Amino acid sequence: MVTKKFIYLNRRSSFGTVYAIESLEVVLIAAAFEQDVSLAFIDDGVYQIVEGQNADGIGMKNFSKTFHALGDYDINKLYVSAESLEERGLNVDDLMPLVYEDEDDDWAEKPSVKVISNVELSKIMSEQDVCLSF
Amino acid sequence: MLHTVNKSSFERNSLKSCLNIIDDTSVILLIEDGVISAAKNTNTPMIANLAAQGRVYALQGDVEARGISSKLADNIKLIDYAGFVDLVVEHGTAVSWV
Repeated sequence: MVTKKFIYLNRRSSFGTVYAIESLEVVLIAAAFEQDVSLAFIDDGVYQIVEGQNADGIGMKNFSKTFHALGDYDINKLYVSAESLEERGLNVDDLMPLVYEDEDDDWAEKPSVKVISNVELSKIMSEQDVCLSF
Repeated sequence: MLHTVNKSSFERNSLKSCLNIIDDTSVILLIEDGVISAAKNTNTPMIANLAAQGRVYALQGDVEARGISSKLADNIKLIDYAGFVDLVVEHGTAVSWV
């Protein structure tokens, strides 16, 4: 199968709209087809991977836990906009500690999340075949 | 009057529009993605004054769902759905800034 480089831009928070969970569904589909998948969290999208989300009080599914499974699907390129984080009074310690096991390094556990500048993100986007915005 | 805001102030200008028009006796209740404005962030100064007067509420379930309970800005009052009902009863007229 032809492998293409996909990046998914997650731009909205978890529960206010259906975009966040729909993006995650499509990401998992792309992974099932063994595509090269990256995720970017910008604007309110950074709230999707904030640690300690508890959706009991609004009667919705807390799908944030699914992000922990991405490593098992070889999705380990998660980019977070430093500017978007800072604007919202958040930093990398507020995010879920998402990891993957690196098969080239004796299955060592490594962080999947990288906080980068918008300039760096823009460069990464320009290297993709497909860019999907949610 | 009760004003509910359900959009993130980073994405829409609902909160700003509401603040432009709100009177001295009104209160604001942040719900759904509106609770993002209840967290300490660069948009906090917009409501700091109103919060200091005890006139800004946020729905607790929506705050917890978004993982921002530990990040609340000063003087935001958390309420549950029953508290929401109390506010509606107390203030009579409600405006939804969707």
